[in-house]
Amino acid sequence: MAVKGPEESTRPATIDADVSTLRFITCGSVDDGKSTLIGRLLHESKCIFDDQLQAIETDSKQYGTQGERIDFALLVDGLQAEREQGITIDVAYRFFSTEKRKFIVADTPGHEQYTRNMATGASTAELAILLVDARKGVLTQTRRHSRIVAMMGIRHVVLAINKMDMVGFDLAIFNAIEAEYREFCSELKFSSLLAIPLSALEGDNISQRSPNTLWYLGPTLIECLNAIEVDTDDHAATLDTPMRLPIQYINRPHQDFRAACGRIAAGELKVGQRVSILPSGVRATVKEIFVGERAFAMQSKGESVAVTFAGDVDVSRGDVIASADFPAEAADQFEARLLWMAERPMIPGRPYWLKLHCKEVTATITEIKYCVDVDTGTHLASKTLALNEIAMVNISLSQPVVFEPYSRNRTLGGFILIDKLTAETVGAGMIEFALRRASNIQWQKLEINRQAREFIKQQTASCIWFTGLSGAGKSTIANLLEKRLHADGRHTYILDGDNVRHGLNRDLGFTEADRVENIRRVGEVAKLMVDAGLIVLVSFISPYESERLLARALFAEGKFVEVYVDAPLEECEKRDAKGLYAKARRGELKNFTGIDSEYQPPGAPDVHLFTSRMSAEACAKHILDWMG
Amino acid sequence: MNISKVSGLRLLEAESMEIFREAVTTARRPVLMYSIGKDSSVMLHLAKKAFFPATPPFPLLHVDTTWKFREMYAHRTRVAAESGMELIVHTNRAALEAGVNPFSQGSSFYTDVMKTEALKQVLDERQFDVVFGGARRDEEKSRAKERIFSFRGVGHRWDPKVQRPELWNLYNTHVKSGESIRVFPLSNWTELDVWQYIKQEDIPLVPLYFAKERPVVERNGGWIMVDDDRLPLLPGEKPQIRSVRFRTLGCYPLSGAFESVATTLDAVIAETITAQCSERQGRRIDSDRPGSMEKKKQEGYF
Repeated sequence: MAVKGPEESTRPATIDADVSTLRFITCGSVDDGKSTLIGRLLHESKCIFDDQLQAIETDSKQYGTQGERIDFALLVDGLQAEREQGITIDVAYRFFSTEKRKFIVADTPGHEQYTRNMATGASTAELAILLVDARKGVLTQTRRHSRIVAMMGIRHVVLAINKMDMVGFDLAIFNAIEAEYREFCSELKFSSLLAIPLSALEGDNISQRSPNTLWYLGPTLIECLNAIEVDTDDHAATLDTPMRLPIQYINRPHQDFRAACGRIAAGELKVGQRVSILPSGVRATVKEIFVGERAFAMQSKGESVAVTFAGDVDVSRGDVIASADFPAEAADQFEARLLWMAERPMIPGRPYWLKLHCKEVTATITEIKYCVDVDTGTHLASKTLALNEIAMVNISLSQPVVFEPYSRNRTLGGFILIDKLTAETVGAGMIEFALRRASNIQWQKLEINRQAREFIKQQTASCIWFTGLSGAGKSTIANLLEKRLHADGRHTYILDGDNVRHGLNRDLGFTEADRVENIRRVGEVAKLMVDAGLIVLVSFISPYESERLLARALFAEGKFVEVYVDAPLEECEKRDAKGLYAKARRGELKNFTGIDSEYQPPGAPDVHLFTSRMSAEACAKHILDWMG
Repeated sequence: MNISKVSGLRLLEAESMEIFREAVTTARRPVLMYSIGKDSSVMLHLAKKAFFPATPPFPLLHVDTTWKFREMYAHRTRVAAESGMELIVHTNRAALEAGVNPFSQGSSFYTDVMKTEALKQVLDERQFDVVFGGARRDEEKSRAKERIFSFRGVGHRWDPKVQRPELWNLYNTHVKSGESIRVFPLSNWTELDVWQYIKQEDIPLVPLYFAKERPVVERNGGWIMVDDDRLPLLPGEKPQIRSVRFRTLGCYPLSGAFESVATTLDAVIAETITAQCSERQGRRIDSDRPGSMEKKKQEGYF
């Protein structure tokens, strides 16, 4: 029996109450020995008590897979169902400590169907121990788990090449597995990766340097866990990180006291600090900071505080207090990575509750951009998401929320989706970026102008001016573009030559003077609409360069986008959807552009589309990309 | 440049406060399970911190089997008065009158009736939808797998196979009618964390946690305290005076003491670090049958 005596204990004689805590997860394929490794870590740090050891000795005989030996896996496989089936079906949290650190371990299952539990374990971990069976090497499951670990923002990985005793502690095998893994994970952007040859069952290189691997010069697993420096977020641990405090609860025991309570998500909060209350953007000054009944001058990331402000300040749950110099953004549309965790598939368009820090709003997935094949990393098209599938999606919210990209801050960038009917947690998401930016919101200077209207619409207003011959495809493209914009939640309007001529411009004919007046009026209407915050799509032949320049001059720099819908006259004439070319050729229609009236092609259009070579969809997409 | 990292106990404290605040924002009728022991004491202390200067916005609930130590009852009265919170004491009266006691029917039946059933009675009667409990994941294997916000179906049942995934510090607080949530603010604390925090914060405890000469009888390798004259002595048993203390407290006839001279917190902490047996070893209900805690939990036990 490979149980070491207490004289080899690494259990400390004293434990400082202020030692740091490292949270890590163990993952790997089925039977790579995860539970055995944790059992071993607990045992070697003397965190298994005699009565527990005795209990698993009894259990080992009944359920164990190690014959007469103690099956350490039984220490962590807690549920009766798991013991009977010899598998791990849920995340188990385990605790042990050394004189350097306290550890919280999430033991996560290797079975594919429990990917969601692995993501759960990884969400609060700073490091991952990824087990590989030395006999099997890097498997599909290893790659899958690595991608999930990377996606959840873990930057430090220990590659535990386990069961080295089964391959005679062969250096060549160890090197080959390490090399293969390093090559695979280069795309995953881990900030540290250490490979250690182990036998969890026999205890090699756990806390004691193994005499079987004299060729290995690195730290033992415990040494590594004791020493490694981890930061979950890129910037959150540095002084110059802007302060972020999501507000959880308003404490108002009586009229004279009102404190905003929450847990600091980044940076430092100080008495006297100027802050912005987001999303309103109202400025305030921190008056007092409490933890319980004690007042503090400063508190930093991780602390749960109660804050009061100088003067009357309107704050509520779901707001974020941010340093005034670097306020966070608010948005209601995001591109996000989404892990689906429910049996019922995710259907775009269906409303879910979205919870991000302390804010809960209604959300719908507007588009699945692509699914990620976690085994290979390739992108696949998909209309729905099934259990354990991961996708990049566009998500649209019922109201703006204050956020940061997940890679910058887990607290402000990680969200869950909750089914409105069953109340189950069905998805976990990580914000990549906002689809429309509304940075640095500052309401106090507010006039109701274009910017203000753009802000509540969460969009940038502009005039997209389509010019080109009749039949070139202007209206078709403008309609498709409007549909795409509308689906993204943008506010749009189309001004079409034919429609406007039925109303506003019905007094105008097709002489050159009337054409100029036609364009002038449409330009002015478009200008009013842009001022109202809309994205206006103007679809007019607008044959003369000078009038197009006139129209452009009505708009601020960058607000007028000239799109030249270019198709050869013969092509347009061949299409002739409305039969106008035929009429003009027969002389029944005078001053028809291209036949007996000139078309002046734009000298320098912002977007130039060749509809004889590109489909209308591709053209619409091209403009969308150009708009950003 | 790294800032001073919030570490160890401060991080645990901050997390527990966050859990309390989150739970009450959506709860209709929250309640704190107060069992008078050290974990309940820490939990109450954290609740006070989370809501200071207000009184925590929920009552205390003690499910009383009537078999607690006398010192526990005295402590309960004192703590409830100081907290300014309402104290609800509930006993399964019908079972008590029918003669259920810790001796006659076995500890398992007794616990089920006097604790689990009694708890369900009062939760149903008062319609509590969020119940704070002091359970820790390091205590027992099935607890290691339980969520911080642990969902209970109709009839207070826990189904370990359909637990809601719990990512980051984002807790799903949605419940449907008839369902409830057990919330465990101490999930990530260890026994040692609890003791170190008690010392740091100077939290008052029942004196039974400290060694003192007490009248005891030896049963099944442990010491059972003769707290009053209700304890039936077995043939040959004679109370003797020993210096003992308790690591966990429950019903006195079922709580095993052990010999100790640790009369101070420092001495208790030193004993905790070098302990060779788990905390719950003195608890007899955990080990009556394999997976017994998991079964009790499924039926609604804390």
